[in-house]
Amino acid sequence: MQPGLSFEQAPPISVPFRFFLTAPVFGIAAGLLLLWQGPEALISRWTSTALALTHLLAVGFMLQAMCGALLQMLPVAAGANIWQPRRVTHLTHAGLTIGTLLLVAGFLDGQPLLFQIAVPFMTVSLGAFALIVLIALFRTPAQGPTIIALRIAVFGLIVTISLGATLAATFGWQLALPLIELTHVHAAWGLGGWGLLLLAGVAYLVVPMFQLTPPYPVWLTRSFSVALFFLLTAWSITWLPLERPAGVQAALACAAALLVVIFPAVTLRLQGQRRRKITEPTLLFWRVAMICFIAAVLVVIAQQLIAAVDAYDGLPFLLGALLMVGVFMPVISGMLYKIVPFLNWLHLQRIGKPGLVVPNMRQMIAEPRMMMQFRLHLAALVLLLGATLWTPLVYPGGLALIASCVWLEWNLIVGARNFARFSRELETRLAAEQAAA
Amino acid sequence: MSGITQALNNHHKLCDDNFADAEEAAHKGDWTACAATYGKFRDAMLTHFGVEEDILFPAFESNTGMTGGPTQVMRGEHVQMRDLLQQMDAALGRKDADGFGGAAETLLVMMQQHNMKEENILYPMCDQALGEDGELASRIAAGLNA
Repeated sequence: MQPGLSFEQAPPISVPFRFFLTAPVFGIAAGLLLLWQGPEALISRWTSTALALTHLLAVGFMLQAMCGALLQMLPVAAGANIWQPRRVTHLTHAGLTIGTLLLVAGFLDGQPLLFQIAVPFMTVSLGAFALIVLIALFRTPAQGPTIIALRIAVFGLIVTISLGATLAATFGWQLALPLIELTHVHAAWGLGGWGLLLLAGVAYLVVPMFQLTPPYPVWLTRSFSVALFFLLTAWSITWLPLERPAGVQAALACAAALLVVIFPAVTLRLQGQRRRKITEPTLLFWRVAMICFIAAVLVVIAQQLIAAVDAYDGLPFLLGALLMVGVFMPVISGMLYKIVPFLNWLHLQRIGKPGLVVPNMRQMIAEPRMMMQFRLHLAALVLLLGATLWTPLVYPGGLALIASCVWLEWNLIVGARNFARFSRELETRLAAEQAAA
Repeated sequence: MSGITQALNNHHKLCDDNFADAEEAAHKGDWTACAATYGKFRDAMLTHFGVEEDILFPAFESNTGMTGGPTQVMRGEHVQMRDLLQQMDAALGRKDADGFGGAAETLLVMMQQHNMKEENILYPMCDQALGEDGELASRIAAGLNA
């Protein structure tokens, strides 16, 4: 294999930054929607509010940040070069940003026209992104469990997009399709097939790296993503209108839940064995995420086995809050606080020269600022989970979610502005040195 | 994994351990312990760079004829890491916990992605190109223990 090993393959810093700076805006919008709708948001997962909320967080925040990070990471960490990176970036960013707005407006307003625009627009932009990334992942000479997990994850994204487009088409053109069955499969592939496998594939690389933990055990990295893929596929087939023995669907769901819980359990154990002893924001974000992950799996198992749990009205909101506000948003925040400062530093190295000191990562975004957002996010999580028991808590929960996302956005803006400021300073210093020489 | 680079691979872990001790000491404000553990860490890093730049890379380059390739990228990253070590040196001298922690955080990410590239790509290439060169292996081991 002959990847260049060089950072020269990385895209310009504006590529990932535009995604990172957009994502928190949709988190803020989700918080505003919670304040506007109040306890109405918790009634059922099928209300227009619940669907809009889900997509503000899942597409607007999560997918937005994930795509930006993937475009940055693929050439550097996976040796996978993206075809036409600039065009793909524009198309994907527009697809995610305008697409989320169209979808959310469609859910809230109910206008079929909005879905009629969203379906082709998002299918083309996000579908092209997924296909191009998948091709890059198959053409890279790099190997290993991360590449395998990422390939399956991107396949999961394609399944999610296809089912999502089908569902949106039923709203746009009043098609008679089995909405509930399709929605279950769409959500499972989005969160499990795509989100979780992307998380796992990235974790295999970054958890040992950032915290100096032992590596993930080979038995896990070798079989986890493939096993989850087969279980998800089998479970999805049980939603087809075919004759099958009773209980197969619940059994497969429980098997998948028991499989996926291994990942957060092992991650927490590895973090417990870390050689790096200091506690820093990224570690805290990851630990909260892994604990919420285990809690979400326990809820899913209880839902399969206990009828009263399945019938509980607050269950979808509880699961949504645990998985999106509890698992993915914290991991993404924690990752952004490593990615953005390090990218700043790395790109500034190109301007500087040996001996010319480039400000370090903590000078890009100060740690106390990150800790503040961590506390706000934790407050949002606790309040929103509490809202499933006492619905008025949705108001302070929504406020805390807005505060957390505003803080995140501000921290990222500070990071981007520091990049611009330090670039100017370095260039001035370099010019002064050259003039003196 | 076996071959001539095994000792370098193991040495990465030693550097990690020394890094963690130094960072923790600075975080606690224990500058005496930090000076001792950081000294061990810096020495281990500089020894490691030296062995690669003076023994392994030249052997690989003369064997394969690849002089402007991966070894050049790794040399460039060594320069960046030496700069960060100097920043940690200066912060230690000033007993500046923020400066030390910030440079350490940056060095950690730099060092880990660098090690990953060496362990997954460059070392296997070296093992393949240089085979079981016992003399080279013992020079590397001796260099690391010097």
